[in-house]
Amino acid sequence: MALLRVEQLSKKFGGLQAVDSVSFALQEGSIKAVIGPNGAGKTTLFNLISGTLPVSSGEVRFRGHAIQGLRPYQVARLGIARTFQNIKMFAGMTALENVMVGRHVQSKAGFLASMFRLPGSRSEERQIRLKSLELLDLLGIADHAETEATSLAFGQQRAVELARALALEPTLLLLDEPAAGLNIYETAEIGRLITKIRDMGITVLLVEHDMSLVMDISDEIVVLSFGQKIAEDVPTKIQRNPEVIKIYLGEETAGQV
Amino acid sequence: MRNTLVLLPLVALIILVQILAGWTDSVFYLTQLTMSAYYALLIIGLCVVMGYAGQISLGHAGFFAIGGYLSAALTTRNLVPYHDNLLVKILDSAGFLLASQDVYGEPLLVVTPWAACIAAILTATLIAFVIGIPVLKLKGHYLAMATLGFGIIIFRVVLASAYFGEADGISGVPGFTLLPGLTVSGDFQSRAQNYYIAWAALLIGMLLLRHLIDSRVGRALRAIHSSPEAADSMGVDTARFKLYTFVLSAIFAALAGVLLTHYNGGIGPSEASVMKSVRYVAIVAVGGMANLWGALIMGVVLNFLSLRGVFGSYDDAVFGLILVLIMLFAPNGILSLHFGLLRQRIMMFCRKGPAEEAK
Repeated sequence: MALLRVEQLSKKFGGLQAVDSVSFALQEGSIKAVIGPNGAGKTTLFNLISGTLPVSSGEVRFRGHAIQGLRPYQVARLGIARTFQNIKMFAGMTALENVMVGRHVQSKAGFLASMFRLPGSRSEERQIRLKSLELLDLLGIADHAETEATSLAFGQQRAVELARALALEPTLLLLDEPAAGLNIYETAEIGRLITKIRDMGITVLLVEHDMSLVMDISDEIVVLSFGQKIAEDVPTKIQRNPEVIKIYLGEETAGQV
Repeated sequence: MRNTLVLLPLVALIILVQILAGWTDSVFYLTQLTMSAYYALLIIGLCVVMGYAGQISLGHAGFFAIGGYLSAALTTRNLVPYHDNLLVKILDSAGFLLASQDVYGEPLLVVTPWAACIAAILTATLIAFVIGIPVLKLKGHYLAMATLGFGIIIFRVVLASAYFGEADGISGVPGFTLLPGLTVSGDFQSRAQNYYIAWAALLIGMLLLRHLIDSRVGRALRAIHSSPEAADSMGVDTARFKLYTFVLSAIFAALAGVLLTHYNGGIGPSEASVMKSVRYVAIVAVGGMANLWGALIMGVVLNFLSLRGVFGSYDDAVFGLILVLIMLFAPNGILSLHFGLLRQRIMMFCRKGPAEEAK
């Protein structure tokens, strides 16, 4: 059964049809990439799935339940974590604290329990810290646990953001351009990480510009152009799809290929 | 544990000040230090709203007044004429009322300080919820506007109603016996005791808020302040957390109002004025917004100076000017100007390594 199913999803900004009846399904345990030129509606599609933007029409089904119309924090509680294209680190907090925020849905100490340090909240706090350190370790940045997150190098911030999303223990991970701003070595590293995450049993949906990364790691690819889905297939077939080549390289070049 | 240890030098300082005041025959300073501690209790609560939840409240003098006025009115207004009233009978049989005689020997029936305190806190909590629910769902300065309106309403109500004593306020408020032998009152004999009660209240409040900031809830609040969108996608219900923080700070303000009113033996309408709310906001800004220690220190120092009459009749103008200057020259608070380096070192000293903390 498909973990996530997007059906006839549309989003209009005034007169602009940013996403136009897009449908696709995401199989549990797979990596799916959404690609397309700038302005194709990839990030908008992401924001519709995560609840950051309200949908104009259509449905988003997660494990068979319609989730469109839920607020982002409700979507997160269902087990859908996301990262952002322009990394949104929590300023003034260490890398470790950033990841600890990610444990929010997996813990429950409220105002009173926290203020009075009730016994339950103490052991929970220890668990949060241990789990977060574990994740920083997994992503190879445990050395920077106590560094303020915004002062880390860009690639390290990406890793912290990824650890923060994994801290939710999601079943579905949405990655918005995970390789944006990274050099080729860092990109290769993030590719290895994403496959590792998939092997942990987490389903991944990513939006990405970097073709080599997408072709390397994806099980399937959805191609968007001007808000419409123009192709959906395995990477090797997408590479030879004349329509995809046309939108990426232009009409004339496509004729010569 | 770390939070508790940090308080120890302060406790030593508090005791030292009391001893010095006794030796130098200047115990009258303790009175203003006691009052300053109660104001600081309100200010550290407001600091969490402003610095950590990123909201501004211009109505905290209103919550202070709800605490002060309700406990003052309930513990002084005679209920003898209403003793046939069903509600009064129920309260009496539940032990919430206290019968005695007034100075002329007439029978007097009033609410006990404990019951009045609880009623005042519950009222402040309820009102904070009602104001907070709609405005916290909206972005921007809606909370500032709504709380400003609320503050003005409270000010006009206490000024216009005979029950709250109009322009005279309420006097003759009895002492508040917290525990046997521990009474909040303005008695000369218990001046030192009250100094310690006020500072204990402030330090307990500080400890609770430090714990809060250093917890799951505090991290969520700081996350909301830094990036609401990212906090939301981490599963943090941002509107609910902001609301609870606002209500918590209203409770701190009301409690400060209750205790200070029993200490002073009365309360007047100036405590409810909007200028008082502006003063509290200014003090939190001077302290550095997201800095509980800054708020506590500035809350005590500035209120102490104001109560000593250092600013003369320019009192309100001084706090307005402070707000403007801070916004222009030191948006991170006055402590960041001179003691920035020192503070950094203290922070580094206090912060343990990750491995050590995980144990």
